[in-house]
Amino acid sequence: MSGNNGQILDAHTVAEIEHWLGKYPPEQRQSAVLAALRAAQHQNHGYLTVEVMDAVAEYLGMPRIAVYEVATFYSMFETKPAGRHSISVCTNISCMLNGADDLVAYIEGKLGIKTGESTSDGRIHLKREEECLAACCGGPMLMVDHVYHENLTKAKIDRILEQLD
Amino acid sequence: MTDDGITIEVNGKSLPARKGQMLIEVTDANGIYVPRFCYHKKLTVAANCRMCLVEVEKAPKPVPACATPVMNGMKVFTRSPLAVEAQKSVMEFLLINHPLDCPICDQGGECELQDLAMGYGRDVSRYQERKRVVGDRDIGPLVQTEMTRCIHCTRCVRFGEEIAGLRELGATGRGEHTLIGTYVEKAMESELSGNVIDLCPVGALTSKPFRFSARTWEMRQMSGIAPHDGIGSNLHFHVKGQTVKRVVPAENESINEVWLSDRDRFSYEGLYSDDRLSTPMVKQGEEWREVDWMTAFEVIKDRLGLILNAGGPERIGALAAPTSTTEELYLLQKLMRGLGSNNIDHRLRQTDFGDDTEAPIFPWLGQSIVELEQLDAALLIGGNVRKQQPLLNHRLRKAAGKGAAIMAVNPVDYEFNYPLAARIVAGPGQIPAALAGIVQALLEAGRTLPDPSAAALLNGIQADANHRAIADRLLKAGKAAVLLGDLAMNLPGLPAVRYLSGIIAAMTGARFGYAGTAANGSGAWLAGAVPHRLPGGQPSPHAGLNARAMLERRLSAYVLLNVEPEFDCHDPVGARNALGGAQCVIAITAYRTSAMNFYADVLLPAAIYAENEGSFINVEGREQRFGAAVRPQGEARPAWKILRVLGESFCPGAFNLDDIEAVHAAIHADMQGIEPRNLDAWLRPDSLPWVNGALQRLTEVPIYSGDPLVRRARSLQRTHDAGDGMAHIAPGDAGRQGITNGDRILLKQGGETAELPAVIDARLPEGTLLLQAGNPACFGLGPETGEIEIGRA
Ligand code: SF4
Ligand code: FES
Ligand code: FES
Repeated sequence: MSGNNGQILDAHTVAEIEHWLGKYPPEQRQSAVLAALRAAQHQNHGYLTVEVMDAVAEYLGMPRIAVYEVATFYSMFETKPAGRHSISVCTNISCMLNGADDLVAYIEGKLGIKTGESTSDGRIHLKREEECLAACCGGPMLMVDHVYHENLTKAKIDRILEQLD
Repeated sequence: MTDDGITIEVNGKSLPARKGQMLIEVTDANGIYVPRFCYHKKLTVAANCRMCLVEVEKAPKPVPACATPVMNGMKVFTRSPLAVEAQKSVMEFLLINHPLDCPICDQGGECELQDLAMGYGRDVSRYQERKRVVGDRDIGPLVQTEMTRCIHCTRCVRFGEEIAGLRELGATGRGEHTLIGTYVEKAMESELSGNVIDLCPVGALTSKPFRFSARTWEMRQMSGIAPHDGIGSNLHFHVKGQTVKRVVPAENESINEVWLSDRDRFSYEGLYSDDRLSTPMVKQGEEWREVDWMTAFEVIKDRLGLILNAGGPERIGALAAPTSTTEELYLLQKLMRGLGSNNIDHRLRQTDFGDDTEAPIFPWLGQSIVELEQLDAALLIGGNVRKQQPLLNHRLRKAAGKGAAIMAVNPVDYEFNYPLAARIVAGPGQIPAALAGIVQALLEAGRTLPDPSAAALLNGIQADANHRAIADRLLKAGKAAVLLGDLAMNLPGLPAVRYLSGIIAAMTGARFGYAGTAANGSGAWLAGAVPHRLPGGQPSPHAGLNARAMLERRLSAYVLLNVEPEFDCHDPVGARNALGGAQCVIAITAYRTSAMNFYADVLLPAAIYAENEGSFINVEGREQRFGAAVRPQGEARPAWKILRVLGESFCPGAFNLDDIEAVHAAIHADMQGIEPRNLDAWLRPDSLPWVNGALQRLTEVPIYSGDPLVRRARSLQRTHDAGDGMAHIAPGDAGRQGITNGDRILLKQGGETAELPAVIDARLPEGTLLLQAGNPACFGLGPETGEIEIGRA
C-alpha cells in the first residue's frame, strides 16, 4: 500500500503524514496530500522536487500527476529552490485598487529580482503571484512567512525587509 | 414512460425529459444545438468552459446547460438575446489566449473552437495584449501536443481518470499559468491514449503520425471494421486520393462506444510498409520473377497438380490467419476440401488440440460486449485483457467501478487499470491446478460437481485463501462470467484448462466465454477453417490435420493466407523448416518477407484491411461487413477473388461465385440457425497436466505484434507496448543463477540456443520464463511453450 521509495521521506515527515492520515477515513489517503507536501517541502529545505512529489504520491497511493497538480496549484508550495523567507504581495482586487502593483514594483526594484525569483544571497523569495488573503480591509497587504502585514506603505515595506535575516 | 418522466420547454417547444438529466442531454437528444467545449457525453461534467450558457426563465443569469439538471416545466431559451450575448462573451474570453492562426494548425477545418468562433465570435478582436505561449512536451509517438492552443477544457484529463484508468495528463499550475501536460517528460502509456486526439476540441492534441499530411476537406470518410482484436470496433478511414491518411472511431454504442484502441487507430500505417508485395511472383530455382496473374495461377496449377498426383490431397495443408475475412476463410476451406484435404487451420499458436471434438461451434464471449458491464463478478483466465482487448477491458472496468469483483488467474501478474478483487499467478503448467483449487473451494462451499467424475482430478488439491476468495465472489455474484483469454488457449493442457473453467462456470452459474479471439476467430470457426468442422460448424466426416500437426508432419505443399509463420506460429523454427522442406508453398500475402523468399514458391499479392472487402464475426457473434475504402496497391487483389480463381482452376464449376454477395450468401446458407453455445460437454482430461520442476517457457505476443499489419505500424512499434526483446525472468530464478538486469543470458530449448538480454520481472511466478513472440533473436528457439534452460552467456 504505502511505500517510501528509497527512504526519500524521512522519519519525521512520515510521522507527520501519518498524523494527518489518522484524521481521514483509511480509503481517503489522498485527503492528506496538502499536509504531506507541506511536511515534505519542509524536509527538503523549502521546495519540492519531482522525486519528493513522487515519493508523496507513492506513499498516499495517488497518481503522480495528481500530486504535481496540487503542488503547482497552491502558492504555499515551491517546485524550485527558493529563498529562506517568502514574501507574497496580494494583487487581488482590493489590494490592487489600493496600489498593490506599485508595491510589487517597488519590492522588485529594491531586491533586484522579479516575482517568482529569489535574491542571490538566498535570503528572500518573492512569490510569483498571490491572490486574496482575506485581509482586504487592510489592503494593500503582504505576507512574510505566514505573517500578515497590512496597510502597507513603502516605508513600512522597508522596515519589514530590514528585519529579515 | 417511467414515473421520472417530465416535460420541459426549449425555445418554445415542449420536450420529454427524465429527472436528473442535464439540460444539454435533452437538447442533444432533440437535435437542438448548444455550443460546448468541456462537456462530453462519456465524461463527467466539469462545467469549466461556460460555452454552453443558456437562458432559463426565472433564473437571474444564464446557466450552463451541461450542469443544470432539468426540472418539470422549466422554460429554456438557447438562442435568446441573453443566451447569445453570454455565449459570445465566453467566446471572446476563450479567444483571448488562443492563437488566431487556424491556417497553420493541424486541427483547422475540424476544430470545435474554429467552428464556434465562426458562429459566436466577433470579427475583430478587442484584445491588444500579449497572448500566452506554452512550450510543447513530447508525450510519445502517437499524440502531438501544441499546448498554446489548449483551452483547458480538461476533457483529456478526465479521460485519463475516467476511461483510460491511468492519470497521465493533468492540469498543473493555476489561473493563467495552468498547463495541461504530464509535468515531467513522459510518453503516454495508455493503450487508449489516441482517444484524447478526438476529445480535444482544439488543435492542442492531434495525431502525430498524421500531422500536417492532409486537410479534412481533402479527405473522404469511409467506413471500416478494426482488424485486430475480436471486438470489431467500428471505424472511419479518412482517405485522400487512394491513401488512408488516418483512422478515427465510428460510434457504435454496443461495440466500441465512441472509443478506439491505439492499435486500431494507428495500425493503418502498416498499409504503407516498404515490403508490400505488389505483383504476383514465382520462384524458379533460386530466382524470383514477377509474373502476371495468369502465369501465377498456371504455375500453381502445375505444381499443386504434381503433388496431388504423387502424394494425394492429404499432402497439402492450408494455414490461415484469423484476421482474414470470413469470405476468404470460407473459400480457402472450400478449395482445400474441393481438392480432397481437410488440412486447414487458423489456430496457429495453439499447441494442444486434445479436446477439439468437443469445442464449441465458435469461441463465443458467452454474452454481448455490453453485458460485460452488468457483471457482478468475472474470472479472467490466462490473458492480458487490458492490453490485448482494450475495449472489452473497458467494459469490465466499468463493471468494477460499480462494485463488480474482477479476478484473474494468470501466468503473468498483468497490470489492470482497476483493482482486482483476487488474483492467482501461476506458471503455465500450474494453471490447471489453480483452477482445480477453485473447484475444491466451491465443493467446500457446498456446491456439487456437474460431472462427478471430475472428482478424480481433485486428488491432493487443497483450496487456499485465494481459491476461496475467488469461489466466494463468483458464488455471491448475481451475474458472473468465467472468461478464457488468448494465453490460455495456447497453453499445453488446454483441455484441462477448458474443462475446469467450464466446471467453475457451471458450479457458480457463471457464463462461460472466450475473450481472447482475434478479429475473425469466430468467423474462422464458422467458415470451416478448422480441420474437423465444415462451414456452419458441421462435423467433417474426415478430420484433417491441425495447424501444429500440419507443420510437424512436413507436408509436400502449403497454402498460406495472410500468415507469416515465423511470427504467427507456435513453433517458428519448426514452421520454417517444414515450409522450407516442402515442394510447393503458395503464400497469399500483402507483404513479402525475407523468410518467404526462402520458403515460398509462389507469392500472390493480397489486398489487406482498408483495401479489402468482406466480413468479420466478433467475439459476441456479431457479423460486420465492410467494403473497400481504397484500391489495393499495385496488382494486389482481394484474397477472396484470388481463392475463387484458384478454386475454379482446380474444381471447375464449384466456385461460380461472381461477387462478394454470392460468397456471403453461400456462407449464410451454411450458417442457418446457428446459436452460439459454449457449454457443450467437454472432454475430461485423465489427470491434471503434470509439470516437473523445470523452467517453463511462456510466450506472450506483444500487443503490436499480433498480425502482419500491426507489426508494420511504425508509430506503434515506438511505443512502450511494443516488445522489449528481453528475456523476462522471475526474481527467484534470476537470483539462483546470479542474473541481474541487462545481463546477456543463454537460452537453451530443444537443442537450440539463443542469446538475449535479461530483465528481472516481478510479475512472473518462479519457474516461468517469459519471452515475447516475434523477437528475431528467438527465432532459433523451439516452440512458444515448454521446458527451457537458462544460463549466463
Ligand atoms: S489539451 Fe485539449 S482536451 Fe486537453 S484540456 Fe486542452 S483543449 Fe481540452
Ligand atoms: S484583495 Fe488583497 S487581501 Fe483580499
Ligand atoms: S460545456 Fe458546459 S460549461 Fe463547458
